[in-house]
Amino acid sequence: MNNKAFQKIYTQLDSITKATVSLRAKGVSNDELATVDGRLAQVVKTKGDTVTLQIFGGTEAIPTNAEVVFLGGAPTLKVSDELAGRFFNAYGDPIDGGPEIEGEEREIGGPSVNPYKRKQPSQLIPTGIAGIDLNNTIVSGQKIPFFADPDQPYNNVMAQVALRADVDKIILGGMGLSNDDYLYFRHEFERAGALDKIISFVNTTEQPPVERLLIPDMALTAAEYFAVDKNEKVLVLLTDMTLYADALSIVSNRMDQIPSKDSMPGSLYSDLAKIYEKAVQLPDGGSITIIAVTTLNDGDITHAIPDNTGYITEGQLYLRADPDSGKVIIDPFRSLSRLKQLVIGKQTREDHNQVMNTGVRLYADAQNAKTKLENGFDLSDYDLRCLDFAKEYATRLLAIDVNISIDEMLDTAWELFAKYFTKAETGIKQSLIDKYWKN
Amino acid sequence: MKSTGKVTGIVSNLVTVEFSGPVSENELCYVTSGDTRLMAEVIKVTGKTASIQVFESTRGLKNGNDVEFEGRMLEATLGPGLLSSCYDGLQNDLTTMTGVFLKKGEYTSPLDHTRLWDFTPIAKPGDKVIAADWLGEVQEGWLPHKIMVPFSFKGEYTVKSVAQAGQYNIDQTIAVLTDENGEDVNVTMTQKWPVKVAIKGYKEKPRPARIMETGVRVIDTLDPIAEGGTGFIPGPFGCGKTVLQHAIAKQGDAQVIVMAACGERANEVVEIFTEFPELIDPHTGRHLMERTTIICNTSNMPVAAREASVYTAMTICEYYRAMGMKVLLLADSTSRWAQALREMSNRMEELPGADAFPVDLSAIISSFYARAGMVVLNNGQTGSVTFIGTVSPAGGNLKEPVTESTKKAARCFYALEQSRADKKRYPAVNPIDSYSKYLEYPEIQEYLSENVAPGWVDMVEKAKNIIRRGKEANEQINILGDDGVPMSYHELFWKSELIDFIILQQDAFDPVDSLTPMERQKYMLKLVLSICDLEFAFEDFEKCRDGFKELINVMKQMNYSEFKSDNFWKYRTELDLLIRRLTPKPLK
Repeated sequence: MNNKAFQKIYTQLDSITKATVSLRAKGVSNDELATVDGRLAQVVKTKGDTVTLQIFGGTEAIPTNAEVVFLGGAPTLKVSDELAGRFFNAYGDPIDGGPEIEGEEREIGGPSVNPYKRKQPSQLIPTGIAGIDLNNTIVSGQKIPFFADPDQPYNNVMAQVALRADVDKIILGGMGLSNDDYLYFRHEFERAGALDKIISFVNTTEQPPVERLLIPDMALTAAEYFAVDKNEKVLVLLTDMTLYADALSIVSNRMDQIPSKDSMPGSLYSDLAKIYEKAVQLPDGGSITIIAVTTLNDGDITHAIPDNTGYITEGQLYLRADPDSGKVIIDPFRSLSRLKQLVIGKQTREDHNQVMNTGVRLYADAQNAKTKLENGFDLSDYDLRCLDFAKEYATRLLAIDVNISIDEMLDTAWELFAKYFTKAETGIKQSLIDKYWKN
Repeated sequence: MKSTGKVTGIVSNLVTVEFSGPVSENELCYVTSGDTRLMAEVIKVTGKTASIQVFESTRGLKNGNDVEFEGRMLEATLGPGLLSSCYDGLQNDLTTMTGVFLKKGEYTSPLDHTRLWDFTPIAKPGDKVIAADWLGEVQEGWLPHKIMVPFSFKGEYTVKSVAQAGQYNIDQTIAVLTDENGEDVNVTMTQKWPVKVAIKGYKEKPRPARIMETGVRVIDTLDPIAEGGTGFIPGPFGCGKTVLQHAIAKQGDAQVIVMAACGERANEVVEIFTEFPELIDPHTGRHLMERTTIICNTSNMPVAAREASVYTAMTICEYYRAMGMKVLLLADSTSRWAQALREMSNRMEELPGADAFPVDLSAIISSFYARAGMVVLNNGQTGSVTFIGTVSPAGGNLKEPVTESTKKAARCFYALEQSRADKKRYPAVNPIDSYSKYLEYPEIQEYLSENVAPGWVDMVEKAKNIIRRGKEANEQINILGDDGVPMSYHELFWKSELIDFIILQQDAFDPVDSLTPMERQKYMLKLVLSICDLEFAFEDFEKCRDGFKELINVMKQMNYSEFKSDNFWKYRTELDLLIRRLTPKPLK
């Protein structure tokens, strides 16, 4: 960010908190960028002549006589095809040693798509993972997070899903990534030979937390360039949105806002929605699909962050370690893809819907049997069959290391139904039983 | 002379303005920033400073920007052409906006000013009329859209002239009225009304006395909503709130449906745009879109306009009610509106109530719900606004301010339950916690006895009782073990499961099962109850379970078959055979 000529320089700060500074200044516009002692900052409040700035890099060692220069506009990203294959920091500056990007400068966090101009998402995105494709099918233009405890391999699953998905561009927005995970993503992308379609915006744990607030908007501005201007199918990966929300709460706290549930700002819902709602199927074929990660605290989905996320996103994929099969599975009860009905039975086989529901219902019966077992009761023959079914169902279909086609998933399910149950016990429509039941 | 002011402070979309001249609460104003004018509303005045909420992003706004006050509140534009429209929260027509992205400060007209409507007069010269009386009508889709004396007209008027039958646009004068002082006023087909004020212009608001069918069994059979009634659907995410609302919107027995998508997902609105024009209204055979108006302020659209969106929607409903129509308003979700109120209250640094919501939340919600209702118009005809709102309780916990406030205001409660959703028992409405206060109304009981079946409410109570007792039996079985309880417990539990699978659960994606007319609901409830009356003599609990699973399976096939079709009767015969096999005594 170079200073332009004739800019007024202020050198008297009135107050400094851990994330914000205030000073007296005139002619400043809302959301305008500034530099404070060389660090990037943004206007978050004006009251009379007093302007409050949020400093992305933190306020450590900022003196009261720091130089403040206002830059005349909101944060921007230079967009062009040159973005492909590059790694950037939260400010959109290259961190891979490559040259600066030449391109059109665009404000980040721009306006929303007119809902009337959107198209209904309709393209299935196959991932090979049955917990997703069979039970929670993802569609282009969808927004869906992984809900996972911090010890789950969510970044690995996400990288796999991204590399298998048939998309034109993959944009990674890494927030509070550990350096190891950052290098993991980089390595995986390189290994897959897919670097030229990947763009990364990364804030690691070594960098100040408030910087993270810029990452989703940067990633999505790049995504909009490719989806809107180039009609491409873009997949955006955002990890970890919990750390993003934490950064929001730091800023709102420093601005003396009254916190709502779980010390999160009252605007958390709107703040998250602004990001996730960038997922879109555009009329001219371009699309933005968002797959995010929300880490949970000990599986607690009632915490404000996963709770608000769940209300915004079109479902969630819940990762859980399954002790019976010894695998990490996509939990069929808590997981949901709200858009799956748009493709199930339409782009997949006619039996998909009923097979999916029956599998989950029988798996639920197995959970009941397990509760009975834990309470020390005798199990009926049906209970025992359910338990056996559940173990095989988890291993062969729910586990995240599965990689088969959707038809194979359906056939596997029919095979398991026939192996453990009678036709009546499945409760499937007779016409489908006649056609697909495996004797 | 308009009052004016200048911006003195900005925090997100809360802007403070120093003004001169008179300014009123809720007055509309525009902030000029460069060449855009942003709409805003006054929410607080202290001395010469007004706090305004801007309905758009305030990025780029500066202290010193000019503000112009409009001298009126936020108004809805009413007239023919509202149906099949798609508006944002401020009633801008989204379909006529240019560009893929919403442009800041772009406002479009809610109604088409050039379109011609076939006008037929109703009033005659010399008639004495008051506000909301009908002067004429135009055909809007298949509905007779009444052109009324504007609601803002006070006192009695004499009709001087009414336009002849013919084609007119909404701005042409279709009647001239003379007021009590002898002054003539021109009336066009369009009028404006402030959205935060309820439209009156009716004689009385009696208690609801009829049921509004939704085709959803768990509502119509167990906890019916009255025409002109209020209900709400709280539920954690993923429990099927939206699917249920859309089902009601598709099937609800109303002439006009207004859907307010307030702070929810844009793709859900897209689903309506995409599907509704294709779908057929089961009651009239016309396209669903023809009777539907969508107000959408999705979660990424400006927060302040969320509040406006529900009021705009309600105003449009009241407008059609004044024409004697049966109107259904669906708002998804009122929690997002409450959150918008919270964001503003927070920025204004007001002392917060529970969970940081403003303290008057409860009052705001209940006065909004109170705008629904059945009315008797001046001409003796009736019209109604039935309102169903959804609530998105934080963490799925119903002990939170929005749910609690709504519970006080709404008469029907459809509790969506996580555990039912986890088991894919959709619609995941908990039959025990949910209620309809209307079942207690004598006039509703009478209506049901006459129009559905004699003693219907008793039958419903009986079904509910079996569900309750079945639940208790199940708890006992879980505590004492399958062998630790008498067989009657198992039988009771499975009878409740039968009701659950056949009456409560309904496949919203199956073309037949998704819509169950009352006639069919009556048939199935009677059938299920007659099975529940039987005494089965199962040897052990496993035989009991297997027997009921067979019953459920056959009856589910009935639910999936066209009512009274050959297939339906085939399964019915199969059911009779099965019952004969399972019981010593055959079904009566």
